[in-house]
Amino acid sequence: MKVIADQDKCIASGQCVLAAPDVFDQRDADGIVVLLQDDPPAELHEDVRQAARVCPSLAIWLEDDA
Amino acid sequence: VTLKHVVVVGVSAAGLTAAETLRREGYTGRLTLVGEEDRPPYDRPPLSKQVLSGSWQPERTALRTETDLTALDADFRLGTKATGLAARTRELRLSDGSVLGYDGLVIATGVTPRRLPFGHGLAGVHVLRTMSDTLALRRELLSATAIVVVGAGFLGAEVASVASGLGLHVTLVDPLPAPMIRQFGPRIGAMIATLHADHGVVVRSGVGVSGLAEADGHVSGVELSDGTVLPAGVVLIAIGSVPATGWLAGSGLSLSNGVECDALCRAAPQVVAAGDVASWTHPGLGRRLRVEHRMNATEQGMAAAKTLLGKGEPFSPVPYFWTDQYDVRIQVYGSWPAEAEIAVTEGDPGEGRFVALYGWQGAVVGALGWNMPRELRLHRRQVVDRAPWTH
Repeated sequence: MKVIADQDKCIASGQCVLAAPDVFDQRDADGIVVLLQDDPPAELHEDVRQAARVCPSLAIWLEDDA
Repeated sequence: VTLKHVVVVGVSAAGLTAAETLRREGYTGRLTLVGEEDRPPYDRPPLSKQVLSGSWQPERTALRTETDLTALDADFRLGTKATGLAARTRELRLSDGSVLGYDGLVIATGVTPRRLPFGHGLAGVHVLRTMSDTLALRRELLSATAIVVVGAGFLGAEVASVASGLGLHVTLVDPLPAPMIRQFGPRIGAMIATLHADHGVVVRSGVGVSGLAEADGHVSGVELSDGTVLPAGVVLIAIGSVPATGWLAGSGLSLSNGVECDALCRAAPQVVAAGDVASWTHPGLGRRLRVEHRMNATEQGMAAAKTLLGKGEPFSPVPYFWTDQYDVRIQVYGSWPAEAEIAVTEGDPGEGRFVALYGWQGAVVGALGWNMPRELRLHRRQVVDRAPWTH
């Protein structure tokens, strides 16, 4: 799984951090998404998928998600 | 009950999410999605922001890729309206004359703009809900010099901000004492009034609209209840929305505030509703809510789909919503009455960055961040826990 976060689309809701705190964080200044890892281990995949589903600005994409 | 045909009416965020959830949760039967607009599903929050300003092309608002939509293995009936429902016999009538039987139905038809009792037939008078509405308004903004925005809620305040950025002379009119006071209370409302005034927008609070002036079928001004006439060639009416339930008249469903559902988002046997159109009894708050915010469309779409599959749980979210105006992003968790108390707990309003909590009946019921997203998220827990109000 490769995680892509679009910082231009992101509206800093932080929902991804609530869903997958080991993969996502927010910048201090404006709360925009920061990827902590773009190739998370399998045990985090479902949390990451949930983060992508709930993102209110559709700023998270997953590639090679089997 | 093994479902064989699920119909989803409405293919915006709530309906599409419900359809995806059905598939993810193992539903393999026939799936039909009925959408009134004749374009692929798109996201609405960017309409009054990036699309209206021109910083995004319309295609950027696509809710899903073509591949995602194909993977749903659904029959998309776009450009088709649902025109009637018989819940007892489980039949749906469509605008193309066809009748669809179903054994599971998701109602996600959203809302339509509330209109003034006059003036909407005039050229230059707009509402904003759809992509077409947005592009039509944008075309006029590009050649106009002045706009009057009637209604200072989310939509009106955001459009005022965008129009001001495009160089128009903007007047924002609302009968209440401050913009967004209904959502955020008087203290934040006063700050929003100042924010708009600082950007050259004329904020006319506490005054209603009594009529629209016209010349040759085109709007020429807005007549206020105090006798003032504001000249304008473009007028946006942003006075709220009404649930799109007209097609459900006579269906047997209860419709007094949108489609009325129980805590599991059920409106009738094998019928669920989600998103802006649905009201439900929030188990945590113990009262009926209908939430017209983007995050709720996703969350309730998921919840309603699970209910249809017999895996439902009481839907008890902490509402989240946001608005972008100029260089300010306001984000909120929770739901509270207008009388709630407010206290700034972090940052400084004078410096344009702060978090405020809302208190009601001794508990924290909401949190608002003004350009302070990360810190706001850390306050969410207090809203979830209904922490004691100590301010």
